[in-house]
Amino acid sequence: MTQGSVVTETVAGEVVIIVNGDERRLPAGSTVADLLASLKLDPRTVVVERNRTILRDRSSFAMLELATDDSFEIVHFVGGG
Amino acid sequence: MAHADLISPATITDPQPLVIAGREFRSRLMVGTGKYASNAQMVEAIEASGAEIVTVAVRRVDLDRGKDEGILHHLDAEHFFLLANTAGCYSAVDAVRYARLARAAGFNEWVKLEVIGDQQTLLPDSIGLLEATKTLVAEGFKVLAYTNEDLVTALKLEDAGASAVMPLASPIGSGLGMLNPYAIRIIKQRLSVPVIVDAGVGTASDACIVMEQGVDGILMNTGIAAAKDPVRMAAAMRAAVDSGRNAYLAGRMPRREVAVPSSPTTGMLG
Repeated sequence: MTQGSVVTETVAGEVVIIVNGDERRLPAGSTVADLLASLKLDPRTVVVERNRTILRDRSSFAMLELATDDSFEIVHFVGGG
Repeated sequence: MAHADLISPATITDPQPLVIAGREFRSRLMVGTGKYASNAQMVEAIEASGAEIVTVAVRRVDLDRGKDEGILHHLDAEHFFLLANTAGCYSAVDAVRYARLARAAGFNEWVKLEVIGDQQTLLPDSIGLLEATKTLVAEGFKVLAYTNEDLVTALKLEDAGASAVMPLASPIGSGLGMLNPYAIRIIKQRLSVPVIVDAGVGTASDACIVMEQGVDGILMNTGIAAAKDPVRMAAAMRAAVDSGRNAYLAGRMPRREVAVPSSPTTGMLG
């Protein structure tokens, strides 16, 4: 599937989202904090963009619920010139 | 005495610090963090370079590799001034997006702005670069703009509020050294903001010649990382930048196309 495309099949009790171009399924009601935890990512070491909007306030992660078709980009710094 | 600092220390003291956007730096050499064989080698090379400003790129976290912890796991962000780049961006919109993500990491509001216009040469897209510079400056970014060695574009970037202008010596990763010293000199002469030559330096003599043009600094990555011994090359680059800066400050002798004797022409034997 292409990045950001609309998810077709959903199962009750799940949210289906796109994270860094790939589909991921989490329990309904999951938050951004839950998403990062499921990916074993420390919120302090990454920057999260949801639907092209940067989530600047890390303390809000635990309050922001995921919605089906959300598209996330999770980035960090790598070596570069 | 005025030149006491020149006699013994390995590193020559610059009488003036490099100042970009009101911030002072002692080192005029900035280095990238890409292409090293290992993170340990990268850290050792950066330390040998004496650089304070260290560039990084913004990329997706690789979610399938749990061990991928990003460069900050290896590089002490307290010890260096992190300068995020927008490498790989081919439009102003993309570059602005990457710059905003970098700023959200929370270190500073600086960006080494790249808007690339051509895949083979990685030459900058001047129009996109200007557009992105204006947008980011309006958002409070300190923009260090990677650009061609073109005076008119450099002037426009300064006008648009760039904190530093970074003309290339030659294409990124080419190691061809400075191809157009005249263009680099005229940019330095005409701009008020710092001029940092970025890209194309292949070895220490290239760095030295760049600094002899009077520019404020150099940013390099591949010239160090792709050397057989990057740590030793980093030390060589540090010495070359100091040496070239000092030679510029000293003011070179005029070139002549005929010989001028160094020894007295009088007092010869009869």
